[in-house]
Amino acid sequence: MATKAFQKIYTKITQVTKATCSLKAAGVGYDELASVDGRLAQVVRISGDEVTLQVFSGTEGIPTNAEVTFMGKAPALKVGDQLAGRFFNAYGDPIDGGPVPEGEEVEIGGPSVNPVRREQPSELIATGIAGIDLNNTLVTGQKIPFFADPDQPFNQVMAMVALRAQSDKIILGGMGMTNDDYLFFKNTFSNAGALDRIVSFINTTENPSVERLLIPDMALTAAEYFAVGKNEKVLVLLTDMTNYADALAIVSNRMDQIPSKDSMPGSIYSDLAKIYEKAVQFPDGGSITIIAVTTLSGGDITHAVPDNTGYITEGQLYLRRDSDVGKVIVDPFRSLSRLKQLVIGRKTRADHPQVMNAAVRLYADAANAKTKLENGFDLTDYDNRTLAFARDYSEKLLAIDVNLNTTEMLDAAWDLFARYFTPAEVNIKQEFVDNYWKK
Amino acid sequence: MATKGIVKGIVSNLVTLEVDGPVSQNEICYISVRGVKLMSEVIKIIGRNAFVQVFESTRGMRVGDEAEFEGHMLEVTLGPGMLSRNYDGLQNDLDKMTGVFLARGEYTFPLDLEKSWAFKPLAKAGDKVKAGDWLGEVDENHQPHKIMVPFVLEGTCTVKSVADEGGYTVKDKIAVLTDEKGEDTEVTMMQKWPVKKAITCYKEKPRPYKLLETGVRTIDTLNPIVEGGTGFIPGPFGTGKTVLQHAISKQAEADIVIIAACGERANEVVEIFAEFPHLVDPHTGRKLMERTIIIANTSNMPVAAREASVYTAMTISEYYRNMGLKVLMMADSTSRWAQALREMSNRLEELPGPDAFPMDLSAIIANFYARAGYVELDNGSSGSVTFIGTVSPAGGNLKEPVTENTKKVARCFYALEQERADKKRYPAVNPIDSYSKYLEYPEFQEYIARHISPGWIDKVNEIKTRMLRGKEISEQINILGDDGVPVEYHVTFWKSELIDFVILQQDAFDDIDAVTSLERQEFMLDRVVAICHTEFKFDAFTEVMDYFKNMINVFKQMNYSAYKSEPFEKFNRQLDALLKEKSEN
Repeated sequence: MATKAFQKIYTKITQVTKATCSLKAAGVGYDELASVDGRLAQVVRISGDEVTLQVFSGTEGIPTNAEVTFMGKAPALKVGDQLAGRFFNAYGDPIDGGPVPEGEEVEIGGPSVNPVRREQPSELIATGIAGIDLNNTLVTGQKIPFFADPDQPFNQVMAMVALRAQSDKIILGGMGMTNDDYLFFKNTFSNAGALDRIVSFINTTENPSVERLLIPDMALTAAEYFAVGKNEKVLVLLTDMTNYADALAIVSNRMDQIPSKDSMPGSIYSDLAKIYEKAVQFPDGGSITIIAVTTLSGGDITHAVPDNTGYITEGQLYLRRDSDVGKVIVDPFRSLSRLKQLVIGRKTRADHPQVMNAAVRLYADAANAKTKLENGFDLTDYDNRTLAFARDYSEKLLAIDVNLNTTEMLDAAWDLFARYFTPAEVNIKQEFVDNYWKK
Repeated sequence: MATKGIVKGIVSNLVTLEVDGPVSQNEICYISVRGVKLMSEVIKIIGRNAFVQVFESTRGMRVGDEAEFEGHMLEVTLGPGMLSRNYDGLQNDLDKMTGVFLARGEYTFPLDLEKSWAFKPLAKAGDKVKAGDWLGEVDENHQPHKIMVPFVLEGTCTVKSVADEGGYTVKDKIAVLTDEKGEDTEVTMMQKWPVKKAITCYKEKPRPYKLLETGVRTIDTLNPIVEGGTGFIPGPFGTGKTVLQHAISKQAEADIVIIAACGERANEVVEIFAEFPHLVDPHTGRKLMERTIIIANTSNMPVAAREASVYTAMTISEYYRNMGLKVLMMADSTSRWAQALREMSNRLEELPGPDAFPMDLSAIIANFYARAGYVELDNGSSGSVTFIGTVSPAGGNLKEPVTENTKKVARCFYALEQERADKKRYPAVNPIDSYSKYLEYPEFQEYIARHISPGWIDKVNEIKTRMLRGKEISEQINILGDDGVPVEYHVTFWKSELIDFVILQQDAFDDIDAVTSLERQEFMLDRVVAICHTEFKFDAFTEVMDYFKNMINVFKQMNYSAYKSEPFEKFNRQLDALLKEKSEN
């Protein structure tokens, strides 16, 4: 960042911590950007003439006589069509060797959409994965994370979903991503010939962790440009939000704030909500859909990060390896898409809601039978049939390698019902049984 | 002269102002940032420093920016024209805002100043009146909206004049009142009131006793709420809090419904915006939106305004209660409100209480719930504010400060349970842990005996006991195995499953099953209890499940059919036949 002429240069830093430094300065605005010894920083506290700056790349080696200049503006991104196909760092500077894109400069983390100007999401996003389309249907303008342990193939599934979804732009926000994963996304998108509709903001594990705090806002500012300005359907991928939250905790700790649950700042809910609530369906057809990843520690969803996320997002998706069929499936029990009610049975066939529920209920009966079996009890005929059903259901519908349209998924489910059960056991509205029961 | 202040310090939305005159706690001020005025509220005063929470983003604010104090606390404007509106937490009319995005510092007036209302006087010159008494009424969306003596007036006043019947705007003078000192006050159809003070212009607040019908069976039948009652719905995410809340707000037999979307998802509010204008109030046949006011402070809107939003909603509720109306207020979620308190307490560097919440959290929650209630007015009418809040406990653990403190004050507890939700048993209200204290009120028991049937409460208690017994048996079966317990145990267990599937579970997305009239609930309860009293003969436990699954299936088809329709009667006859097959008497 070049400094402008006639800018006041401060050279007396009074306090340095691991992430912040303080100095005496006048006329500084809250949230304003500054440069400290050439590193980007942001105003996080003003007390009289003392200004505290959060230095994104850390304060290692900053001397007390470092040059500090203020830029008179909050962090911003130059938005324009030239963003497409490009890779940037957390500050919005290109990392792919290309030129700096031209465009209007927009402050990131802008205001929220007036709720009365939102449109109710109603457009189904087809992914071909039955664990998603059948049981947890996604809708444009939705925000939903994968809750996954670090060893699960969430990035692969996310890339697949992104490529299959009919979106105009895909914006990838990578926070604390390993370099290998970054290259995976880059190669997958480029092999699919989709690079020209992708914009990426990447902070890898090699970059300072506090820089991550800028990634979601950068990605969403770009998304708003395409969704509002161009009425495009934009899909935003944020991986991994747990790394983002960890960076928040570091900063709050350095600012001497009292931590709440799991050492997270008391404002974690609002901080995460500000990001996720950028997901929106606009009346003019543009939309921002957010698919995120929240990695769990040992599957613990009561930890503050997944817990607060669950209260903000419109559902969550879980991946699980089903040892009976040896495949990764979308777990039908804990996964949920809150917005599916807006499309299932409306944009899809009318029997969709009931078929979906009946299949999950029977799958739950199979889980009970399995417990019985493990505890050494005799199984009834019904128990045995549920177990057989569960294996087929898992393999033919829940596995992530399935690629069907929703009507094919529904037909497949009816096939399984008829093969293993009687209509009374399936317990579905009579008119659907009359229409679809395979005789 | 109004007090002025100068910005001295900024941390997020907590700003320190140096003031040049007197300020009061909770006073409102506006801070000018580059020509935009940002509304703020005083939350602490030390010497000449006033600490204010800014209701908007403080981005770009500088030391030296100027503030002007308003001399009053945060107020709402009350008058005809609030119904069907969508407000933010500070009562700005969201529809009047211009852009797609909420511009900082844009404040819009909550009422329509130009609209003419057909006013009918109810008082006449010479009448003695007190604050809250009715001077006249206008028709607001088919509700008699009373124009009341301003709540701020003290003592008894004499009506000097009242406007004749005719069309008036909210700005027009409709009455002149003379107070005890002989001073005249002009009254218009609108008045202001500070949100943090309860409106108490009523004669008394007796214990509530009238059932408030919601059409949700697990509430009405099992754990009823009353007009002027309080309840809360805690539950981990994904257990159906919002669906249940929406069901109640759509179906409840209330005159006015006020929904405070407090720090929750914007798309949930959009669902209300999109659906309520088309949905019909099952009790009056009019559009739901006509009786609804939405206070939306979604989770991405400023945190400080989130705290204000629940008070704004409650004050508007109390205003309509004073007109003798049945008001239902829902707040989703009170945990977000508590978190807003926590964020500010944290920035003020107060010593934290449990889970870093402020120490006075329990008092704040208790005071808020106490504002609900059934009241009798001086003129003999009655009105009520029924309040139902949701709680979003961290990690789904009910042993956390917001749940615990709410449990102390709310009289109905609807515990949503992860396990039920996982099994898709919706609404996932746990029938054993949940309770309604009103079932124990003699006033309520007497009311039910008169309005529904004398045996009702006994039957309700019976099915509750059966649910508990069913759970115990299911645990025994899990340990001992299906054939490790007598066949009768299986019958008792399946009777509890019958209650669960037929009465407790309800499909909120099916037009017919979503709302069940009291008459139909009575029919179903009678039918199910009678089956529970029937002795069945089975040779083996395997027959029990098949038989009851069949029966549940028939009942379920019945639940999907219109009450007393041809298909309904057909399924009812199928039940009779099924019962004859296996019953011993």
